[in-house]
Amino acid sequence: YYEYMFGHSRRRRWSRRPLSARAEPELSELQVVIEAPDPGCDSYPHLGSSEAYHLTVTEPVAILKAYEVWGALRGLETFSQLVHEDDYGSFLVNESEINDFPRFAHRGILLDTSRHYLPLKSILTNLDAMAFNKFNVLHWHIVDDQSFPYQSISFPELSDKGAYSCNLIYTPADVRLVIEYARLRGIRVIPEFDTPGHTQSWGKGQKDLLTPCYDGGQPTGSFGPVNPILNTTYDFMTKFFKEISSVFPDAYIHLGGDEVDFSCWKSNPEVKEFMKKQGFGSDYAKLESYYIQKILDIVSSYNKGQIIWQEVFDHKAQLKPDTVVQVWMANNYAHELSSVTGAGFPAVLAAPWYLDYISYGQDWKKYYSVEPLNFPGSEEQKKLLIGGEACLWGEFVDATNLTPRLWPRASAVGERLWSSRNVTNLQDAYRRLTNHRCRML
Amino acid sequence: AENEPPWGPPCTQLLVYISMPGCDGFPNLDSKESYKLIVSKGSILLSAEAIWGALRGLETFSQLIGRDENGTYYINETEIVDFPRFPHRGVLLDTSRHYLPLRAILETLDVMAYNKFNVFHWHIVDDPSFPYESSTFPELSRKGAFNAMTHVYTASDVRTVIEYARLRGIRVIPEFDTPGHTLSWGPGAPGLLTPCYVAQEPSGTYGPINPILNSTYEFVTSLFREVSSVFPDFFLHLGGDEVDFTCWGSNPKIRAFMKEMGFGEDYKKLESLYIQRLLEIVSSLGKGYIVWQEVFDNNVEVRPDTIIHVWKDNALMRYKEEMANVTRAGYHALLSSPWYLNRISYGQDWTEAYKVEPLDFKGVPEQKALVIGGEACMWGEYVDVTNLTPRLWPRAGAVAERLWSNSTVRNMDDAYARLSEFRCTLLGRGVQAQPLYVGYCENEFDEV
Repeated sequence: YYEYMFGHSRRRRWSRRPLSARAEPELSELQVVIEAPDPGCDSYPHLGSSEAYHLTVTEPVAILKAYEVWGALRGLETFSQLVHEDDYGSFLVNESEINDFPRFAHRGILLDTSRHYLPLKSILTNLDAMAFNKFNVLHWHIVDDQSFPYQSISFPELSDKGAYSCNLIYTPADVRLVIEYARLRGIRVIPEFDTPGHTQSWGKGQKDLLTPCYDGGQPTGSFGPVNPILNTTYDFMTKFFKEISSVFPDAYIHLGGDEVDFSCWKSNPEVKEFMKKQGFGSDYAKLESYYIQKILDIVSSYNKGQIIWQEVFDHKAQLKPDTVVQVWMANNYAHELSSVTGAGFPAVLAAPWYLDYISYGQDWKKYYSVEPLNFPGSEEQKKLLIGGEACLWGEFVDATNLTPRLWPRASAVGERLWSSRNVTNLQDAYRRLTNHRCRML
Repeated sequence: AENEPPWGPPCTQLLVYISMPGCDGFPNLDSKESYKLIVSKGSILLSAEAIWGALRGLETFSQLIGRDENGTYYINETEIVDFPRFPHRGVLLDTSRHYLPLRAILETLDVMAYNKFNVFHWHIVDDPSFPYESSTFPELSRKGAFNAMTHVYTASDVRTVIEYARLRGIRVIPEFDTPGHTLSWGPGAPGLLTPCYVAQEPSGTYGPINPILNSTYEFVTSLFREVSSVFPDFFLHLGGDEVDFTCWGSNPKIRAFMKEMGFGEDYKKLESLYIQRLLEIVSSLGKGYIVWQEVFDNNVEVRPDTIIHVWKDNALMRYKEEMANVTRAGYHALLSSPWYLNRISYGQDWTEAYKVEPLDFKGVPEQKALVIGGEACMWGEYVDVTNLTPRLWPRAGAVAERLWSNSTVRNMDDAYARLSEFRCTLLGRGVQAQPLYVGYCENEFDEV
């Protein structure tokens, strides 16, 4: 933070400060006090972490007080933003007293490293940017149809055969680096291993995992979602998620469950047979739920909480009580939030914040104007909306354009999720956001 | 015999033959860019009439070279005869809405050369800022630039751009857009802009250039005299777009003038008066000019060799209609309407740019012959050095091919295959070009 505040001064080169002006009060120290008996410096941030802080700026010493280290990090970011430079290169800060805490506990960014590989540097730069914007969750959508860059210790073939190329992978060391870099900034890393759909790349390194599609009684050679009727599938998932549970320290794992295309299942005679035996009729949503429930149980047995995309809830799978449902479908998402929270599940809102949907002009305004609690529901229900995520899907994004596309647009989401409900003035936000953008530069 | 490499004897030389080089001159609208490239056993020959064709051929040659798994560089035997379909293939950069550091402009020129673009349309000043350091009127940038020390183009910077472009066969056509789009000119040229009035009192705000004062034309003459000598190309872009008449209409002196001239309430006549005088001035300075379509739409009298730049496209007037009107009236036309690359949207919008057929409008062959080309525009409201390169490339490549290649080259799948590969080539050359769609390149972009 010292470098952020004082390192980038350009004005130093242009002017000399007048000799007389040494009389003003000086701030010589920022004291940081963390009150909890266990400040949390050696642990991982989690959904219940305390991010509140109290900042008092007076001479000669400013005091930043927080219950846990996570609040101190947030306060340090704020403090760094209070420091400004005058025309002579002097650094100034106004006397202030700030009492701050986030409105929502889950404030995330989704990065997609399957549609395009993202080099480590790109991910780390964005973790920095997230910290500048008080985001505290990196939702790492690490694998999908197009590529499988996650190097698994138990199943090395997955990335050997599924990554775009052998050097476009995340080794265990890479993953540890991301997790630690994030932790030091108070950011949770929630990995998403999306199944049973979005898994084409898994099939390259894991034979018989995906459902073979049929046409006219013959296999076509192409594959569909994960095959839900084989025991080997669940043996694989059990072993795979055991590894994931130990590699990723966060209490939650995102299990996906979105956009499952039933046509391949429908074409497969063995699957059809299974449907009959289970009495599912022709309702493949039941088969999807059957699969997902087994995965949820597996992950549960490793003591991990689960986050899933809304379809899993919509198709009426049986979920454990604290399962987090991520609402992403833009059509009538307020209604969905009511349903999810009405059923007693925590929800995370992504629907209005798909930042990969670029358009001409100042679209940050529409992200800023979203009010997450604008849905019909009781006080209890509203409490179940634990936060939201700005998503940057990777179909058209890689390291060449990620940073300018994400920032500062995601900052609008960051403020909406941290600040109070009544902080809505667009002109004021514009002024502060343009300033913040220059600061991020 | 089994273990012999499939390659022929290695070639060590590319022979370049140019019949009438002109290496010390500047490229112009009539420059010959055709070339012939023959790759055969033991010899590679690139021949062209002028140096400009050799540059194009060199670029093509560089794209033919492949590398096999062993690291051997190879090239297929081939014979290429190539020439551009349109002589004016440009990229517009806007350095007023946001300042673009010199390196950003120079990099853009490099990538333009990779795409065989040959005109850099430098929209150098506009309402928000005036970064052009004028030797005749230093106050213009001193008062009008975002920061007169750090956000300006010195005479040396401008020379650097012009020479850098020349070496790549790229013409630099500056645009000093008047009478609208001139707010930043005001602070450094008091009395130039029209003071707006609110209920008989000056409101403190200003509008377009004041067309009724002699001082205006003295200023314009001096400025364009300098611009004409600084920029060697025969053409200057004089703008003339989006003139807002409300300020003129509010000013009592202008109203009086309108009455005197018998213009009634038709401010287009006043605009024409200004533009006509401007065109005369620029003409007398020995320059030709390009103007935005409003100048033609508003019936301003222009010289026969004026180039009309078509940029609008709306329900009232589709650009194809405008192209027909402009060429029917006998003027040369430049097309930009479907190529406003600053108008981003989700998905593979390069396909829309590629599908454009510039000559698809109602007209006789003589009219079609008046279309000299087009320009991809990257207006700067939302663009600066942090996002210029990924936003411009490889999307502008679609425009480049449409303007160079034969009209029959339109297969989308083939174009996708070539453009996505070209994008990887750009990455390999250090250009931060964004992806077209999912996938990867052998050499991924990694921040330094």
